[in-house]
Amino acid sequence: MENWKQNKAVFWVTALPGVVWLLLFFLIPLALIWGMSFGEKTSIIDIEITGTLANYSRSFEAVYLKIIWKSIWISVISTAVCLAIAYPVAFGICFSPARWRPLLLLLVILPFWINLLIRTYALIAVFRTRGTLNFTLEWFWNLAFLDKLIGPFQPLELLYNNGAVIVGMVYVFMPFMVLPLYATIERLDRSYLEASLDLGASQWRTFFSVTVPLTMPGIISGIILVFIPMLGMFLVPDLLGGTNAIMIGNVIARQFKQANDWPFGAALSFLLMYVTFAALALRAFIGARMKGGVGV
Amino acid sequence: MARRKSKRGPLDYAKSPWLIGFGLITFILLYAPIAQLIAFSFNDSKRNIVWRGFTTKYYAKAWNDPALVEAFVNSITIAVMCTMVATIIGTATALWLWRFRFPAKSAAEGVMALPIVIPEICMGVAVLVMYSRFGSWMRGVETGPLHWLNEFWAIWPPLNLDAFTIARIWNEFFSVWPLNLGAITAAHIAFSFPFVAVVVRARLAGFNREFEEASKDLGASEWQTFWNVVLPFMMPGVIAGALLSFTLSLDDFVITFFTAGPETNTFPVKVYSLVRRGVSPDINAASTVLIVITLVATIIAMRMQAPSKTEG
Amino acid sequence: MTRPIVSIKNVTKRYPGVVAVDDVSFDIMPNEFFALLGPSGCGKTTLLRMIAGLETSGTGDIIVDGQNMEGVPANKRPVNMVFQSYAVFPHMTVRNNVAYGLKVTGVAADEIAPRVEEALEMVQMGAMADRKPDQLSGGQRQRVALARALVKRPKVLLLDEPLSALDAKLREHMQLELARLQQVIGITFIIVTHDQDEALSMADRIAVMEKGGVRQIAGPEELYEKPQSRFVADFIGKINLIDATVSGTSSVGVTCMAKGLGRVVVPHDGAASGSVSLAVRPEKLVLADTAPSSGADISAKGVIRDVAYYGDVSNVFVTCPDGLELAVNVQNDRAAAGLLENGREVYVSWHPSDTLILQE
Repeated sequence: MENWKQNKAVFWVTALPGVVWLLLFFLIPLALIWGMSFGEKTSIIDIEITGTLANYSRSFEAVYLKIIWKSIWISVISTAVCLAIAYPVAFGICFSPARWRPLLLLLVILPFWINLLIRTYALIAVFRTRGTLNFTLEWFWNLAFLDKLIGPFQPLELLYNNGAVIVGMVYVFMPFMVLPLYATIERLDRSYLEASLDLGASQWRTFFSVTVPLTMPGIISGIILVFIPMLGMFLVPDLLGGTNAIMIGNVIARQFKQANDWPFGAALSFLLMYVTFAALALRAFIGARMKGGVGV
Repeated sequence: MARRKSKRGPLDYAKSPWLIGFGLITFILLYAPIAQLIAFSFNDSKRNIVWRGFTTKYYAKAWNDPALVEAFVNSITIAVMCTMVATIIGTATALWLWRFRFPAKSAAEGVMALPIVIPEICMGVAVLVMYSRFGSWMRGVETGPLHWLNEFWAIWPPLNLDAFTIARIWNEFFSVWPLNLGAITAAHIAFSFPFVAVVVRARLAGFNREFEEASKDLGASEWQTFWNVVLPFMMPGVIAGALLSFTLSLDDFVITFFTAGPETNTFPVKVYSLVRRGVSPDINAASTVLIVITLVATIIAMRMQAPSKTEG
Repeated sequence: MTRPIVSIKNVTKRYPGVVAVDDVSFDIMPNEFFALLGPSGCGKTTLLRMIAGLETSGTGDIIVDGQNMEGVPANKRPVNMVFQSYAVFPHMTVRNNVAYGLKVTGVAADEIAPRVEEALEMVQMGAMADRKPDQLSGGQRQRVALARALVKRPKVLLLDEPLSALDAKLREHMQLELARLQQVIGITFIIVTHDQDEALSMADRIAVMEKGGVRQIAGPEELYEKPQSRFVADFIGKINLIDATVSGTSSVGVTCMAKGLGRVVVPHDGAASGSVSLAVRPEKLVLADTAPSSGADISAKGVIRDVAYYGDVSNVFVTCPDGLELAVNVQNDRAAAGLLENGREVYVSWHPSDTLILQE
């Protein structure tokens, strides 16, 4: 790596396009809503930045606190389920024959490239009242003559509740969780596992005492990678959650689209940003500590 | 004594029937909804549950819906424009961060990664606010830049335009296709070029700096070295990055949802408004087309990136 | 007669396309320091890992202390291993690494602490018990790996290339250390190595392996002095191999026509016929300005092609008639001083009894 002073022309040519673009279309907009989060509406279109904290304090009113709390627990559960599914999958791929690995990995992450909206829509077709799942259940119901014994099959209300949002989140983000897990498990030196077995530990003991601690950096990366977008998710709760499963992303969108209360929406989205920064700082902190301990 | 012939070694986890079963079920659950979506786009039934025979009529129906086609063309246009600009900016950024040591570099790296990590909705509303503020600032005849332009042109009589004329010209200029998509495209570029930078930089990490030094030692200039040595090496990364930005732009819903004006629809935004009204086979048909386009781009991108591992 | 602690019986292990271990059988006695020696890919590590239970079992039987290991998982076997990379758990302190094997097998807590201390003292790592592995040098990590395996009091300790990651000085030191430990503890050590010096200096017996099969099992001296095949002769130390054809056998020995030497008579017990190799160690060869006075010696006249100087000795390469190349080890004493220069005509000679006849 060379010092930037050695070749200032090349330095500026390579630096400026990205810096300027990011400044214009990302940093300035962010600064604008950050400023706006301390402002108040003076008329239908005018907003004055007064330095008020009213928008933030409003975010902590019971009704919004409940939504924030719900966004957090839905994201926590969805992240946990993602991890529980993604870890065995990543583990299995890592230990499969080398020539299969790229294909299996591709198969896991391919859905991630399909439009989020389309994937969510595909889930609606499965879970709606007259959707595939209910249809299949009804078929089994009739097959078991339960329609004669108990009565006709009552379709389950699978959509427009918190459960549907969690299922949707897991479905949408699970592939994303596999990547960091795969990367760390693959780098894990197999001789640690062999040493543990050789010293008398059972397979499960080896898994919890050696494999999990040594792949902790990947687990943490995966959790943060998945948790942040889940927390700010707009589409999935909007389409699968209906009115009663609203999350913070939907409240933000509403402030800008329907309610036209931009300062409050700005404050909410910056709350989301603060949480994001905290999560990233946490990851950096844990990463630094892990580095000292694991010494990969 | 009964002797069990163990065919599995202690670390042959991939042969465990439990793990294979678990993986298989996961894959099935992952693909079943998408497979169903594609299958029912060819299903000759409005109800979309029972197979009633093969048809392509929903593709024809989608094709004959001018709003859907326009949205689709808009999406592709934005994606292409975004890819061209984002690839160049992203590549430059990758070279910048790869090559130079400078004060506050880790801060610059952190800021460049921000569009990747922050929730989409934050960026969406931020860009929405920026565009609306920018618009009203431009229109502010007494205080905005049009006022200054007006002052300037006032002392140069041949072009004596008033602010309202300039504003009209500006608006007309940016309502012509594809410039009317410029606002959305600019936002797409902002969130996709950092991804390009990450991909290209990963590729560059495998580059042996001695090639560059050898080239300069043999008398090549900075530019010749870049063109003949560095660029060919990073090309797979650049192409992969370009395809990545293409799919990112094509897939984006949230940011477009907030920046799109009433008369500029993209495909995901159009589908969103349809989906809110319920499931219908023509959405399936249009979605299938988008899936195919994205997957082809993605698979090409992955192919491009694959050799970097063996060479690196 | 004592019962062998490890019995390998007709063990074969195939991978798709290769036979890693090819019908190997041998016994290892209690308290023996046994070495598996061979070039990389000869199957020695596979065999060691099969004893440890880390490799899928092929055909044949592995019996440890009278118990057949078939179907016994790695964590239930009375053997422990020191890994080539040491595999000292990076997320645990030295003490916890050593205690791990006791904890996971349910040894009582009040018994663990003293045993761990004892094991750490044995490898002189007591002072570093609370360090993490990344604060240790390679040699120290290896000591931890040793203590971690020995604290389990295994019947057999398996060592997979234990010294390959250490630098030359430390390696020599650890060779002595390992030999000392084995004497003190009095359990069987099986070491895998590709380094003949390591095997010769430490082991009581050595199995030389090639292409999955065992070529010879013997003590270090016998292996060096009486190799039974070209492969073993060539692999253990340096040796001159001379193509020859047997022309007759008498009470004196075997008569052959050798390349560059003509007719020679070599003492040999056992039969020999057809094409053979005459093998003679470079240090048995003598260089002289004049033809040897004793007619009994085998000798050839040649020209010095190259001299490689190693301080105490020099390796001299002499070109003889028929394109025969001989390597000669010469002590760098006063007598050698004027002799060793390229292009000089010399006589190479040695005693016939230093010659081995190898029938491939």
